[in-house]
Amino acid sequence: MTTIEKILARASGVASVKAGDVVEPKVDLAMSHENAALVINQFLEIYRGTTLEPRIWDPTRVAVIFDHRVPAESPKTASNQKKVRAFVAEQNVGKFHDIRGDVGGICHQILPENGYVRPGFVVVGTDSHTTSHGALGAFAFGIGATEMASVWALGSVLNVEVPPTIKVTVTGRFKEFVGPKDLILRLIGLITAQGANFKVLEFHGPAIERMSTSGRLVLCNMAVEAGATAGIVPADRETERYLREEAGVSDPIEFVGSDADAAYERSIDIDVTELGPQIACPHTVDNVKPIGEVAGVKVDQIVIGSCTNGRLDDLAVAARILKGGSVARNTRMLVFPASGKIYRQALARGYVGAFVKAGAVVMNPGCGPCLGIHEGALGDGETALSTTNRNFKGRMGNPKSEVYLCSPAVAAASALTGVITDPRKTN
Amino acid sequence: MPQVVFKVGDDISTDVIYPGRYMATVLPAETPQFAFADEPAFNGRLKAGQIPPGSVIVGGKNFGCGSSREQAVSCLKGHELAIVARDFARIFLQNGINLGLRMIVCPGVEAAVGDELEISERAVVNKTTSREFPVLPLPKSRQAIIDAGGLVAYTRQRLTQPQAAQGACA
Repeated sequence: MTTIEKILARASGVASVKAGDVVEPKVDLAMSHENAALVINQFLEIYRGTTLEPRIWDPTRVAVIFDHRVPAESPKTASNQKKVRAFVAEQNVGKFHDIRGDVGGICHQILPENGYVRPGFVVVGTDSHTTSHGALGAFAFGIGATEMASVWALGSVLNVEVPPTIKVTVTGRFKEFVGPKDLILRLIGLITAQGANFKVLEFHGPAIERMSTSGRLVLCNMAVEAGATAGIVPADRETERYLREEAGVSDPIEFVGSDADAAYERSIDIDVTELGPQIACPHTVDNVKPIGEVAGVKVDQIVIGSCTNGRLDDLAVAARILKGGSVARNTRMLVFPASGKIYRQALARGYVGAFVKAGAVVMNPGCGPCLGIHEGALGDGETALSTTNRNFKGRMGNPKSEVYLCSPAVAAASALTGVITDPRKTN
Repeated sequence: MPQVVFKVGDDISTDVIYPGRYMATVLPAETPQFAFADEPAFNGRLKAGQIPPGSVIVGGKNFGCGSSREQAVSCLKGHELAIVARDFARIFLQNGINLGLRMIVCPGVEAAVGDELEISERAVVNKTTSREFPVLPLPKSRQAIIDAGGLVAYTRQRLTQPQAAQGACA
């Protein structure tokens, strides 16, 4: 069996499953953000007309993280957050992260850094980038709010079709200023935005073994941009290191991996040795070009952060490139770390100081600018270069603007020049 | 007979169907006003009540890709639109089934705005061009949810009559 087949078999209480089987896996972790407001609505709807009291099946397995519009940008959002806050208190939801500088942050960083996700888990989230958590060897996938309401009621996901798996083997060593973001953009460009629809991308190979969990989170985060149900890196020693050293996990960790004779739908091999920085051009994530083809494009706003690239190593490389320099005139630069913890680490290491001194605006952790719902909006005809995950028309809040996607190194190098710039040529 | 009222290409994201800046609005009763909000002409006709229920949006491949926001389904369901697409992105398809949005997977569909379509389980017939295009079934795993009239009703059945519902889907 593949890793995900093993996870689904165990969670569904059967000896084995194969692609195409229909199962009903028990859920280990169910995550929502502000859209818990809609989940609550649908959850109460399920119980309407019954004699049952609406109770979450196991509140210790439910996480609610405020991150999309924090602090609230409108009375409507504030009122929804108030409603969710009252509900999680009433239901004793165990993993609630409110708007706070210490324990708050973006859901896809809060879950890993608190050790909430473990190898072998079934994780569902009302957010398409829930695929991120495959980086820890879990089967993690995005669902809608009504599906989450059903999970809250029953503790399982109904009628899940076991997805086929595509094996991606990555060899070689990244050159300086090239990394996981360039790899995943290259892969999406190769297989297109539909290339893995209803399928799993399972990552293997020496380059993955050497990659930190932070980098693996980038790969699995953007697996959904190829349409994938999930991305997964089967748990290994790095997973254990991350959970022990960075997430403070002390209880036993189980490794779930694919069998040698696992059935894959297809295999893709990528050697990263000669890979250069990749850029996803407007308005689809699979419109990927080597940086040489778009270098020189003028940029009005640089964004570094998000659930994709707002972790400490992302901020480190950006701070290193920016240090002593200054953000180009007529270019704005926004930085938003992925969590309060990362913000504090970046402060302690001097990254935040380097950003501010260079002219960047450092914002609180959150999702806002990435999807154009909270600060950082673009003007008509403006262009953004961003380390986020989507460049759909209107994604950053204005359908008359354009968004290019890149790595933190490219974003920082471009901030200094005001045009898309190859970091290998400026440093 | 239902008419095609809007046509889009491949990879239409939920950001296009329901722009992120309206995501603070969550209730299905309130989301329809923001359907295709960045396509002012079509959005205006929807809000003015000029689009009859049952009208069709024709889409390309990967309709509804991107964000899992359920507003992208409820805003279309609110206008009782039907979506005929070459195929759908996974989360959108599941959300659509869960909320009872009418979705037809029709890999070869060719139709222009204004064309009249006859839609059955087997085929989409474009009456304007006299061409017929085969329809693929929705995932068999979700049929029980469709039969129950959506996921809220299906989950309610499972809570109140666990035995019967499990027998039905086995």
